[in-house]
Amino acid sequence: MANSGKTKVLYGLYGDDEILLSAISEANKRHLDIMDVFTPFPVHGLDPLLGLEESRLHIAGFIYGALGTLTAFLGMSWIFTRDWPIIFGGKPYWSVPAFIPITFELTVLFASIGMVVTFYTICGLRPGVTNPTLDDRISDDKFCVAFDTTNSSEAEIDELKGYFSATGVEEVNTKWL
Amino acid sequence: MSATVSPIREPLIRGSKTYHQITEDLVSPTERTPSTAWVIAFILSVIGLATYAICLVWTVWQGIGTWNLNRTIGWGYDITNFVWWVGIGHAGTLISAILLIFRQKWRTGVNRAAEAMTIFAVVCAGQFPLIHMGRLWLGFFIFPYPNTRGPLWVNFNSPLLWDVFAISTYFTVSLLFWYMGLVPDFATVRDRATGLRRNIYNFLAFGWTGSAKHWQRWEAMALILAGLATPLVLSVHTIVSFDFATSIIPGWHTTIFPPYFVAGAVFSGFAMVQTLMIMTRKILNLKDYITLEHIESMNKVILLTGTIVGVAYLTELFIAWYSGYIYEQFAFYNRVFGPYWWSYFGMMSCNVLSPQIFWSKNMRRNIFVTFVMSVFVNIGMWFERYVIIASTLARDYLPSSWSYYWPSWVEIGLFVGTLGLFFTLYLLFVRVAPVVAIAEVKSILKSSGDQYTPKTREQVTGQKQQAH
Repeated sequence: MANSGKTKVLYGLYGDDEILLSAISEANKRHLDIMDVFTPFPVHGLDPLLGLEESRLHIAGFIYGALGTLTAFLGMSWIFTRDWPIIFGGKPYWSVPAFIPITFELTVLFASIGMVVTFYTICGLRPGVTNPTLDDRISDDKFCVAFDTTNSSEAEIDELKGYFSATGVEEVNTKWL
Repeated sequence: MSATVSPIREPLIRGSKTYHQITEDLVSPTERTPSTAWVIAFILSVIGLATYAICLVWTVWQGIGTWNLNRTIGWGYDITNFVWWVGIGHAGTLISAILLIFRQKWRTGVNRAAEAMTIFAVVCAGQFPLIHMGRLWLGFFIFPYPNTRGPLWVNFNSPLLWDVFAISTYFTVSLLFWYMGLVPDFATVRDRATGLRRNIYNFLAFGWTGSAKHWQRWEAMALILAGLATPLVLSVHTIVSFDFATSIIPGWHTTIFPPYFVAGAVFSGFAMVQTLMIMTRKILNLKDYITLEHIESMNKVILLTGTIVGVAYLTELFIAWYSGYIYEQFAFYNRVFGPYWWSYFGMMSCNVLSPQIFWSKNMRRNIFVTFVMSVFVNIGMWFERYVIIASTLARDYLPSSWSYYWPSWVEIGLFVGTLGLFFTLYLLFVRVAPVVAIAEVKSILKSSGDQYTPKTREQVTGQKQQAH
């Protein structure tokens, strides 16, 4: 979450993943607009509640993989039939079965590297970047629900605070990100 | 996350942990001063590493003539060690990828260390073909790149080149997979730290925040990488076996090699994981996370793969006899009764006979027996490669060129030295990174923590009896 440093975030910390899930269901019932949820580990059942669509990373992975297949197979074919044909052991120049292992390896290599780089890029993660976090305990044992309250009125903030206390929150804080 | 778990499953996290305690237990080994045991182990490993450096410099300076290879036996300790280390490197990705796809929850306790072990083992393996080239500084010739020598390309039809691609892809993908899992855990370490330490771990954690969308993508990626790594791990040792199987040497030229090598690789890899985990859980006090249940599960894999390897050995003997081909028959007769009979005997007893002890549940759950067995298995698997390489080459088609191979001190030093390299890397790893995947262990707490599950089978059956 690369914020510009102008968002006022009201967030609540929950002590358990099951409480978190019921709190989010409650937020959906009250039609509250959750900015983001931060958890120490992947909590299953969270994505449908937050309305997160399935990641399309696998499509990217397939494209990178196909690119690897083509690079390896076409590359070897060009080298051994056009650029520098050599006969090895009396076999044809274009010996397709012998190309299979390297084609497979490059497919996996391209798909993996491409997908990992894509993942870090779209998440805004890379070495040296410092993304502001709301609380140090989020990576330990606290489950955080955050609301953007930059333009909220007092009444709206009170409504959110009421929601937090009704859902068993442990702590509510405000932080500028 | 009240997933349905069979009541006879034993808990994988003991000690009624909370999420915070898990963080505390798993991060604290990187925060406190190292124990005496660690320091002693580290000094021994660095001595091993120094031995490696000396033998490496000696080999490069003097040339491969410092080894006892000769015109009959062109592959000796070097390729034996290469295959041995690559084999060991198979357990990590097997645990993290195949067991992820099979949803085996016990992988979470051991996957991090096993993946680290994989990476370090592949680093050790890669040394040997490179040194064997003699002119180490021309090692980049193995990669196909446009050059001014024609361009003269590498031979894409050669299994030795397939090996280059397989090992480097395997290393890269394992490293990506491992680091991807480490990022959220480095964030946990970062959030507990202050000052310079916080900055360092912030760099390593890539600015991880734990956002729900990031976790969703992270899980999606883990699953796809596992799907890619599963055929990859099977392909790597298959291709290593092609180095032998595509030759026309009797004893090497067999179609059984790929499955037999892969089973052997998993076998030795799990044995090395056991060796390391038994030491790690004791020294870092992680007995609640790496439980007897984990050790027993791995022993079952060792028993299965050891038995597959045993069947392969016997099949080889049978097929050699059944083929009616005297060169093949002689190759196997020579393995068993020839000058290297002792290595065949070592291989058979360590790999085939000794793992059969794990049919007994008590033995599978005995730490001492497991530790001894894990060392035995790795000795046996080293002998297997020695048998295949040295004993086969020593007696080729021409009796006038028959020879005998015994390593020089440089070769022994290089082998012992890579053990030093391996343990130095592993010991550094346990100091800087959480040895058990924190986030993944937390995610199975509600389904496999002992306060959420019946503790033992006895308790379950006891409850059932009470119900009657």
